[in-house]
Parts: sequence; structure tokens; C-alpha cells
Amino acid sequence: MTTTTPSIEERAGADGERSTISLVLRELRKAPLTAWFGMLVIFAYLFVALFAHWVAPYGESQVFDTPYANWAYIPHWSWLGPIPYWVTFEPTGSEFLLGTDQLGRDMLTRLIYGARNTIGIAVATTLLSFAIGGGLGILAAVRGGWFDQILSRAVDVLMAIPSLIFALMLLSIFGSSVLNLIIIIAILDSTRVFRLSRAVAMNVVVMDFVEAARLRGERLAWIMRREILPNVLPPLVAEFGLRFCFVFLTISALSFLGVGIQPPTADWGSMVRENATLITYGNVTPLLPAGAIALLTVAVNFVVDWFLHKTSGLRDEH
Amino acid sequence: MSTSMNGKAASATGAAEDVLLDIRGLRIEGQSDDVWSQIVKGVDVKLVRGRVLGLIGESGAGKSTIGLAAMGFARPGCRITGGEIYFEGTDIRKLSQSEQIRLRGRRIAYVAQSAAAAFNPAHRLIDQVVEASLAHGLMTREEAVARAIELFGRLGLPDPENIGNRYPHQVSGGQLQRIMTAMALAPRPSLVVFDEPTTALDVTTQIDVLVAIKNAIHAEGASALYITHDLAVVAQIADEIMVLRHGRMVELGATDDIISRPKEEYTRDLVGIRQIHKTEGNGLAREPLLFVDGVTAAYGNALTVLHDVTVFLPQAQTLAIVGESGSGKSTMARVITGLLPPRKGVIRFQGQNLPPRLADRSKEQLRVLQMIYQMPDVAINPRQKVREIIGRPLDFYFGLSGRERDARVSELLEQIELGRKFLDRYPAELSGGQKQRVCIARALAAEPRLIICDEPTSALDPLVADGILKLLLRLQAETKVSYLFITHDIATVRAIADSVCVLYRGKVVRFGPKAEVLAPPFDDYTDLLLKSVPEMQVGWLEDVLKTRRMESAGN
Amino acid sequence: MHPILRTVVQRLALALVTLFVVSIIIFSAVEMLPGDFAKAILGQSATPETVKAFQHEIGLDRPPIERYVDWITNAVQGDFGSSYAARAGYKRTVAGIIEPRLWNTLFLAGVTALVAVPLALFLGITAALYRNSLYDRTVNALTLTTISFPEFFVAYMLMLFLAVKYPIFYSLANVSADTPLLERISRIALPVMTLTLVIVAHMMRMTRAALINLLASPYIEMARLKGIPNREVILKHALPNAWAPIVNVIAFNLAYLVVGVVVVEVVFVYPGIGQLMVDSVTSRDIPVVQACALIFAGTYIMLNLTADIIAIVTNPRILHPR
Repeated sequence: MTTTTPSIEERAGADGERSTISLVLRELRKAPLTAWFGMLVIFAYLFVALFAHWVAPYGESQVFDTPYANWAYIPHWSWLGPIPYWVTFEPTGSEFLLGTDQLGRDMLTRLIYGARNTIGIAVATTLLSFAIGGGLGILAAVRGGWFDQILSRAVDVLMAIPSLIFALMLLSIFGSSVLNLIIIIAILDSTRVFRLSRAVAMNVVVMDFVEAARLRGERLAWIMRREILPNVLPPLVAEFGLRFCFVFLTISALSFLGVGIQPPTADWGSMVRENATLITYGNVTPLLPAGAIALLTVAVNFVVDWFLHKTSGLRDEH
Repeated sequence: MSTSMNGKAASATGAAEDVLLDIRGLRIEGQSDDVWSQIVKGVDVKLVRGRVLGLIGESGAGKSTIGLAAMGFARPGCRITGGEIYFEGTDIRKLSQSEQIRLRGRRIAYVAQSAAAAFNPAHRLIDQVVEASLAHGLMTREEAVARAIELFGRLGLPDPENIGNRYPHQVSGGQLQRIMTAMALAPRPSLVVFDEPTTALDVTTQIDVLVAIKNAIHAEGASALYITHDLAVVAQIADEIMVLRHGRMVELGATDDIISRPKEEYTRDLVGIRQIHKTEGNGLAREPLLFVDGVTAAYGNALTVLHDVTVFLPQAQTLAIVGESGSGKSTMARVITGLLPPRKGVIRFQGQNLPPRLADRSKEQLRVLQMIYQMPDVAINPRQKVREIIGRPLDFYFGLSGRERDARVSELLEQIELGRKFLDRYPAELSGGQKQRVCIARALAAEPRLIICDEPTSALDPLVADGILKLLLRLQAETKVSYLFITHDIATVRAIADSVCVLYRGKVVRFGPKAEVLAPPFDDYTDLLLKSVPEMQVGWLEDVLKTRRMESAGN
Repeated sequence: MHPILRTVVQRLALALVTLFVVSIIIFSAVEMLPGDFAKAILGQSATPETVKAFQHEIGLDRPPIERYVDWITNAVQGDFGSSYAARAGYKRTVAGIIEPRLWNTLFLAGVTALVAVPLALFLGITAALYRNSLYDRTVNALTLTTISFPEFFVAYMLMLFLAVKYPIFYSLANVSADTPLLERISRIALPVMTLTLVIVAHMMRMTRAALINLLASPYIEMARLKGIPNREVILKHALPNAWAPIVNVIAFNLAYLVVGVVVVEVVFVYPGIGQLMVDSVTSRDIPVVQACALIFAGTYIMLNLTADIIAIVTNPRILHPR
């Protein structure tokens, strides 16, 4: 090899152009089993949630006159243990695959509509929380000074109250409506998004390329959009998954406590609450919506875990 | 035992030699993104007892990995896959884990690059220095402490009796590095591995530590592997030098042979750097392009960083601002660019006063003054393609877009010797030198009159840095742009400057044409600074020590 | 003043200020009540006179600052006013309602912490030491799964298997003031297990991460290169620097425990402060909600303050200033 300067520097740029799509496909092929499982589950949930109307066998609040009909007919769930002898009546009833609930509504239908409502509300809340927290966080990092000071101190104080407790208090005052729920949880959760996006953006703001843009005379909005946002996106995407899980669990917990999403809206948290007493008879009905929640959060966590591993690993590449 | 400092190279055929370390066919793999690839590709190292072998190479040459492998150690993410490592006659790789542990610290010791990170913040220094001697059962605590104090004194540390009672964060970087050397030498090892021990230090401190290390090694009669990227540094301390590149050996020879009679072209290039010499333009008398007039600047309320600084720079010339860290040279750049409005004084540009605040400057005033940074990695946005990085100033200042803009970007890429195939690359696909070239192109795109260069070569490997300096000189000849060149390296100043300003603790110590500033009689600080940059010459260190007048600023 | 003392006093002052601001927020909750709130509490049949009397009683006709000062001075002395509930017959003080329940909750949280903290630290430290082993990966996958579960899912699963299918434990944790200690403990076995599972997962993962971060420090590598045996590297070099991160992890998770208690108490019908708060939210018994919120927030702030102070006291840079 000759030693003129440019040729020494050639080596790093040797592998040429790579399209984003092929890069993503390559990463996907290398993804571990847990990540694949997670993605599969998430897509299945999204499908069910989006097409609840077509997937569900009955209407959301359609009541049948047989409360608790064949709720022991659960061949799919038999691994959960022996089925108590006294509920095994009507063994051939495939009319209600997972039985009916305490008011005689088809459990499967409720679960499917619950997917739409619960996931929809959680996604809306998380999006709002990111719009508020992410926007203000990046702005605080870029602006600095008193603007940053005031916001950061306010967030410190808000975070000194556990968010579930704060949410309970606010809901007791404003009452539980879906809109109230979304706004309250989003604002409380946005404090955490604020902290993260501010911290991540701080790391970018001190970079010389931001200073270069300032010296060039670029406006603040341009710097935020073109120089900072693309660099804070990967950690924020991962955080979106985690925040979604947290919001989803918080809303479910509130619904379970009876102060979240109100009946007759089908929602997994309240479904657990409504059918909770059945558990003492060895019936698994309340575990179905609870399991549905658990499965989704596990799936999201698996995907986020992989994504985090990927994005932090890429940084080591030289 | 030979303690001659620059003795003849150990010839490979000498039968009577006492070979301490003999590494044969060493192969090491490193993991990146789940893929293992070879980073050391079959290297032989032979070290005779009592001698110092310098391992030199650019980043990625595998020199540190080899140094650790001599202790049978591989960092997480690395693994030794082939070869034998004979130390005092036994193959370390064949030893059990506990036998290897018994060797480390006792027979082979290690001195790391960053002393501040390599000392445990929770323990007193003395406890860490004597730890290896005690763990290996070599001496009693009293003996070990006495030995440590003896070594502290030998390494020129102040108050050797008590300095060990301090915690790591209570002593300076240069002192910590010496204490780490004492820590390595304390159990009387026969081999010490020095991994870039002076790289993280300030220029003027570097020489003192180097001297201390050199004296201590010879007084102790220890052998050493000295790893560095700086050929001039290693020439001061090593008996033999091995040049490494991309995990392979390029050349091995006695220090004098490598420096004076290099055989390989790569070695010749390494030796040949810092030989650029710009004949200075005359013209300090002409109407200056930039006039920094009586500037005093401070951060916050307390700390004054610049005191009444006055310098000026004519069109198409280069003014070098020299000083070590904390001298205020980077602050000067911030004042001139408007990021830090001065307390007192004004910046005049092309005869007009520049508004002190960045926000008050016009687009035209911003355009004519561009900047190049020290770390090319963080100076360009990793999420933008080269096309956008260089294209943005064209769009912003001249309203160019589409084909017109791309054509101009290609032109600039040609100018910086990269070419248009780089248009659609992301920074991650460029090497450090290529990134710095892109930064230069971005500055050039604005067609500036002045470019402020903030240590643009100090983060780069020597050869790459050389290429950047040549490029800057050529661009100046072509475009008549002026440079304000901030650096701590006198060799760089010689290479590129027309006039020089020496800053010390925020004050101008010396300012004038290069020939005047770099010629005696010197003030004490300039003398120290000039004598702090090792030259590619055996015996330079000893000469300097005899003639130097001022202790390093860190002491 | 010694820097340690100064820093500690600073943190203490900061915590007090935070608590003060939090108390203002909680207090002003009443200010945000919608206008028809009194009607909602008293029922649609309430006459304007009773509404007025009620508003006078909760002090809505006095200036807010005066009411805040009253409220907070009383609250500091343990008097949170009287509950809105059961107004017609007799009055009940908020403090009287809260006190027994607060002890119950502290008992539950305390027992959980006693079980969970040592367990989590053990799992976290061993997982960090045997990183990437089968053990580490198993524990990792298991805990990742557990932290994804909602508390009530874990609770009902345990209840189904350990109380209903195989009646080993009590399915409900309804204790009263005169329940003897041993029975009390056996009755809260399932709630403790539920909380432990959730907390241990979090705490173990954080401990592991903190330790791995620590073990990657150059001074750990230096100790290994000095030929110090592995055990001593951990004990002498890693551990003294691990206190701050580990205490942080514990405090964070105890704070989490405070919140997790709410759901678990409801599931197992445990008469604690969490269940009380949920009931009061449902019945919109504002004074009780406020008192509970203040207690929860206070505990939260105190835990974080403790972690902060321990981190300061163990930091050699502050302990031994230049």
C-alpha cells in the first residue's frame, strides 16, 4: 500500500452505500427469538385492535341471558390446572369460546374490544406525553438559562409525588372520564419524558456541530429540527416503548381500582375488577384480561430490550 | 545488566542474550457488532532483559492490545487466539488462571494511560501503591511503604513521605501518572508495560513525567514495553522501536536506525512528519484583516480567562495562538466568533467593529468568519449525509439548491481531495481525517475570509494530521483565506504560521512574526513551551533538561 | 463547615422546599373542585342552606392562604381535619381513620422490604459477577417478564394457585387490630409475595446494571492487572464504590413499593392506607385523599433524601476534599 495521505484515510469508507431498508432487513434477520416473539404479539394485538369490529363475534355490550355460561369450558387454558368439577356443565357449548362475564356478555368479544379501547387510550396518552415532555425537554436543553431552570425545578417537584397517587388525587377531583384520564396521565408521565429528552438533548447540544450551526446563523427551530431531533430519536423511540408499557400498566391499574376507564366501555383493567371474585372459585376468567395486559407488555419489553441493545451496540462500531 | 540508554540494537542472532519476553506469532481477535475479526495478525516481539522496547503505531494498529497480551490479559471483547507468549522462559498462555494472577503485578506490571481513571477513588494512594507487594506476599507493610516512599522520591514527587496519604482526586494528573509508575515498580517487576503514559497530560507536564519514568526504569534496572503513537516521544526513551500498522509489524530496529535510517516507506513517512515548513509572509505592517483590540473576557462573574489581549492578522496569512490547556486560547475563539461577548475591548474585522454578540451579527459578518474544530467526530452531524453537511452553507448563504448546489459540493469535495463519491456517505462511514476534510469543506463553502482552526489536528494520527496541514496550506494559497490557528504544538506552528502569539494564563506573553517569536532571547514560558515538544532526535531529552529554565506549569 | 455537612444540609433544605411545594399542590386540589361539588357530595336533594353550611365547614368562604396555613399547621401535628364521609350521624377525624391503616401498610411494606431487598441484592450481584452465564440469562429473561406483568395479574395468579387450587395460604389478607403477629404474617403471605416478585425484578436488574457499569471501570482492570484475586477485587475495589448506586436502587424500589402497595391492598382486601385512598377517591372524600397523598409524597421524598445523603457520605471526593 502506498502512503499518500488520502489513501490512508480510505479504509473506513470502503463498504460503499447501504440502503436503510436492507440495513433494517439485515438487523431483523439477526434479531433474537424474544424480539421476534415480541413483534409478532404486537402485530397481532394491533390487528385485533384495529379490526375489532370484524374480528369480534358479538357486539361490545351485547348481553346474553346466561350469565357465567360455560365459563369453565376452557380447553385452551386447561394447562392452568384441573377444572373444578362443579362448573363443567355444558361442555359442548362452543357458542361462547371463553364464556360470558357477570352480566352475560361474551368474554372473547369484550377482550377484543378491550384491546381497541385499552391500547388506543394508552397510545394516545403516550403520544400526548411525548409531545409535551419531548418538546419541552429538547427546548429546555437548547434554550438553557432560566427557561430550563424553571421547567426542571417544576418537574422535580411533580416527580416527588408518586404518579399513581397523584393520578388518584386528580381523578378524585376532576372525575373519571376518558379525556381526563388521558390528560392527567399524559401530563404526569411527561415529566419523565422531559427528563430523558432533556438529558439526551443536552448531550447533543454541547456537540460542535450544533455550535457550527449557531455560528452559521441558523434559527432555533431549524437547529432543533435538523441538528438535534435526528440525534435524540433512537433513545426516545426506545423510551416510547417503555413509557407505553408504564402508561398502559398505570391506566390498567386505575381501571382495576375503579377510577379509570368506566363501564360499559370494554377495558381490560375494569374487566379484571368486574370478574375478580370468580378467582376464589378457581375460575380463570379475571386472569384472561390480566394475561392480555401482561402478554402485551412482555412483548413490548422484549422488542425494546433488543432495540436498546442494537442502538447502544452500533455506537461501539468504528 | 545493561542500562545504556541508546545502546546498539539487540541483534536477533545474539546467543548470549537474556531474553525476558518472547512473543511469537501473536494473534488477537476483537469483537464488533457480534462479529469477531483479527486485530493483531501474527506479531513477534522479543525483549532483552534491561532494555526498553517502544511499540509505535496509529490508532487501530493493535499496540495496546499487544501490551496487555504480554501480561496474558485480554480486555472484554478481545481474545487471544494464537501464538506463544514466553515470559522468563514459560509460556504464559499455558499457565492456569491463578498462576497468571501470581505473575501480574509481581513480575509484570502495567501503567495505564489515564491515571485519574485507573486509581480507585475510594482508597488512599499509598494503600493502592503497596497493594500488589502485599497481595503477592513480597514484603511487610512497613517495607512496602518505605519502598513506595523511596520510589516517590526517585520519581520527583513533592513531599514523598506524605503524598501517599492523599486520595487520587487530591493530586494533579502529572503527579498521579508518576505515582502509578511507582505503583508498577514497587514489587520490583522485571517487566513494565507503559500504555501511552504521557498522552493524556499537558504538553509541558509530559516531558517531566517522561524524564521521571525514564530515570526510574534505569535506576530499577527494569525492562519496559513503551507504547505510544508519538515517534518523537518513544525515541527519547526506547533502545529499540517496533513500528506497527493494522495489527502487523512494519519495521523493527534500534532507535537510532529507525529515526535516522528508516527502511520502510511507512516508517519514513512517520519520521518525515513535522518537516513542513512555511516561509513566513511579511506583512504584519499591512492593514490587518482581524484586529483583536484589548480584549478581556470572563465566564460568569468570577473567572477572568483573557486579560487585555491584543493581536492582529493580515489577509492570507496565518496567526498561531499557542498555549497549554487553560491558557485561554479556545476562549479567544469564542470571543471572536461572538459566542462569548468580551468584558472589555473590541474585535475589528476588515476595518469594522464586529458586534460583540453573535445574535447581533449580520449574515454577511457570519459568513466571512468560519470555524474548524478539534474533534471532527462531533463537529459534523452524524445523521446528515456529506451532501447536506457541505450543502447547507451554500443554501443558507448563497441560496443555492438542487443541481447547482450538488455541483458546488462536488467541486468542494474535489478541492479537499475526497471526490464526489463521498456525496451520499454518512459521517460513520468516514475516517477521522476524512471527517476533518468534510469540516474544512463546510467552512470553505461559505467562502470565508478567515477560518478559525481550533486544534484541528491534535485528535488525529500524526500522518493524517500532516495531510490536513498540507491541505490547509494549499487552500490558503488558492483562496487567500486567513487562518487563526489554535494549537499547543510548536511543530505545528513552525509548519503553518506566519505570526505567533504565545498565551500564558490568559495573557499574551509574546506576539510577532514567527521568526522573531521562535528565536532567542526567550522569556521563560516560551522557552519551556519550545522545549516541551519532543523532536525526532535521539538524545534530545537530555539536551533539553540541561538548558531548560522553568519547571512545567503543572508543578 | 465541613463540605459533607454543607451538602447534607443543602439536600435537607431542598427536600423541605420540595415537600412544601408538594403540600401546596395537594392543598390547592380543593381549589380546583368544580362548582357543583358540594351537591355531588351531599346528593341532589341538598337544599341551598345545607350546601352553604357545607361550604362554610370546609372553609371555601375563607381566603385560601389562611386555610392553607391552618391546614398545614394542623397536618404537621397529625390533624388532617374531618372526613366528608358519614357526615349525617357522627364526625370522624381523618387522622383517626388513617392511623391504624398506616401501620398496616407500613407493616406490609416493611415485611416485603425485609424479604425483597436481600434477595434482590443477592440475585443482582451474582448475575453481575457471572455475566452472560446461563444463570444470568435465565434470571434476566425471568425478571424482564415479571416487570412487564401488572401487579394484579401476579396477585391473582398467586391467589389462584397458592390459595384456591392448592390452599396453602390465605386468599384474603383481612387482618384487624387484634390479630396476633404470627397470624398476621401468615395472612399477608400472598401480598408480600406479590410485591416481592415485582420489586425484586426491578431491583435485581438495576443492581446488576450498576455493578456491571462499575466493573467496567479502569481501576478495576488496574486491580486485576496488579494480580489481585477476583474475590478481593470485588470486595476491596468494587464494593466501596458500589454503595451509592446500590442504595439508590434500594431507595428507588422502596419508593416504587409505596405505590405498588395500593393495587395489592385492593386485590387482597388488606386494610391499609392504599385501599383507603382508593375508597376515598371513589367517594370523593377529599380530606382523606389529601392526607393520603401527603403521606405518600412525604415517604417518597424521604426515601430519595436518604439515598442522596448516603451517596454523599460515601463519596470520597466530598469526604476528603482537596
